[in-house]
Amino acid sequence: MIEEKFDAIVIGAGMSGNAAAYTLANRGLKVLQLERGEYAGSKNVQGAIMYASMLEKIIPDFREDAPLERHLVEQRFWMMDDTSHTGMHYRSSDFNEEKPNRYTIIRAQFDKWFSSKVREAGATVLCETTVTELARDTNGKVIGVHTDRRGGAIFSDVVVLAEGVNGLLGTRAGLRDMPRPETVALAVKEIHFLPEEVICQRFGLTGNEGCVIEAAGTFSQGMTGLAFLYTNRESISLGVGCLVSDYARTMESPYALLEEFKSHPSVKPLLADSEVKEYAAHLIPEGGYKAIPQLFGDGWVVVGDAAQLNNAVHREGSNLAMTSGRLAAEAIFQVKSRKDPMSAENLALYGKMLEESFVMKDLKKHKDMPALLHTNSQNFFMTYPQLISAAAQSFVRVDGTPKIDKERATMAQFVKNRSRWGMVSDAVRLAFAWR
Amino acid sequence: MTIAVKDVRVEDKLFQNRYLVDVGRPHITVRPHETPSPNLLALTKVCPAKCYEQNDKGQVEITADGCMECGTCRVLCEASGEIEWNYPRGGFGVLFKFG
Ligand SMILES: Cc1cc2nc3c(=O)[nH]c(=O)nc-3n(C[C@H](O)[C@H](O)[C@H](O)COP(=O)(O)OP(=O)(O)OC[C@H]3O[C@@H](n4cnc5c(N)ncnc54)[C@H](O)[C@@H]3O)c2cc1C
Ligand code: SF4
Repeated sequence: MIEEKFDAIVIGAGMSGNAAAYTLANRGLKVLQLERGEYAGSKNVQGAIMYASMLEKIIPDFREDAPLERHLVEQRFWMMDDTSHTGMHYRSSDFNEEKPNRYTIIRAQFDKWFSSKVREAGATVLCETTVTELARDTNGKVIGVHTDRRGGAIFSDVVVLAEGVNGLLGTRAGLRDMPRPETVALAVKEIHFLPEEVICQRFGLTGNEGCVIEAAGTFSQGMTGLAFLYTNRESISLGVGCLVSDYARTMESPYALLEEFKSHPSVKPLLADSEVKEYAAHLIPEGGYKAIPQLFGDGWVVVGDAAQLNNAVHREGSNLAMTSGRLAAEAIFQVKSRKDPMSAENLALYGKMLEESFVMKDLKKHKDMPALLHTNSQNFFMTYPQLISAAAQSFVRVDGTPKIDKERATMAQFVKNRSRWGMVSDAVRLAFAWR
Repeated sequence: MTIAVKDVRVEDKLFQNRYLVDVGRPHITVRPHETPSPNLLALTKVCPAKCYEQNDKGQVEITADGCMECGTCRVLCEASGEIEWNYPRGGFGVLFKFG
């Protein structure tokens, strides 16, 4: 079908692929981007919070026409038991700045916009095309791709694998391992539509201000998991994600968990009278630093979720994806400008640039978190939320019991359920993993 | 502790979604077996689209029409060879309007 040879082929039109394709094309390289969905974004799922400064580094004036929902002024974190939540809120009007820091987005629309920018920058974007295999020469160097369209291989100097968490091509080619049940979470998500005024009223927002709720607690049935609820302009995105290994062990159904979260007395009133318009599911890489595979080789680089570059502790992924895509493109551009071959040795530049960026620094910082949360899930996601709720309730309820007795009872309950040693050890391990 | 919310019908959820089914070319297949492994059996509960079900002989079967291509079943059962997993052909499968 396509006879010519490209400087670079980018597989996937998600956050990382679009960042890479845009940056490459913008620097004048001849780029082909292949996406299996009908349009960019039609296969993609996210919460979704988008971090402005990482996109700004790619498209500085993105605010002019990108489809943005609300900029965030308030963050809530909830510890939930079955009937209550104990929360922390942070709200600041400082976030009503001229160039806001974080926005909610709707991925299908955002990716379409990003893709239009990629085309404008001069890349050839081909949707409805699934890449079926990497083409390699006799030495194993990646030299192009095979697709499910008629015709033979399409060739390029370098292939950017931006294929997302599932990473079918890279794993089948033996460039990295398949995601394991312990290193990926399954998230299910719904989008609920409500009139704009109702959303503003329910969350105490004005205009385009947005609010985020993130929650952990008994709804995940003791599994390592989180729920989220994000306000868009006239809809609410909400979902629940838990480790696949936990799901397989407990045999809980993800949609039942989602219903459990939605029917919680703290959540239900926020969704009242809304109209659900979509139900989606997607994996999230949760393995952190220790799960990062080889990032480059002869004729290829891997970016974004496909490289497990996802910070589950801070629930950031799209910004790591965009940054890794951009850095890979910049490295490729440098190698190309020197007229050097796209060998592993030369593409190591990408690894070095990533190492120096916030992406690797953040992931390294939390390298022990995934293992800690996974081995202690019952304590962190079941016992503590229940204890914290009981303590808060006892603190708030006025019933004539002397305060000193209440405090003793609360402490005794913590010790009984988790033991003094257990609590100290959880706190110490948490502190070390966070450090 | 068990889940309090009963009778969730995932069919009602999937009904909201758009699909372009590649008729006669399922992208996921289950290897014939006598008794399912624990992971394969778990898929009857864990698949978010409830694509996997047990037949009356206890074997696990798949109808991939409502599949959201999440990859969970691949992560649990591809390595053991119990299922064969591919993406649908370009343009087919689930089409997220919002995502
Ligand atoms: C429920 C949920 C909530 C999240 N919330 C947030 C959030 O609030 N903030 C945040 O920063 N991150 C969030 N993330 C993470 C974020 O979505 C990802 O980190 C990000 O999308 C990764 O981008 P990517 O380009 O690497 O992969 P993707 O966006 O998954 O893109 C991969 C692309 O490759 C295409 N593709 C795959 N294989 C092929 C093939 N063989 N041929 C052709 N095309 C192919 C796919 O169709 C897809 O378009 C969330 C994730 C989920 C699932
Ligand atoms: S990919 Fe996901 S939705 Fe599709 S059958 Fe497998 S588990 Fe179910």
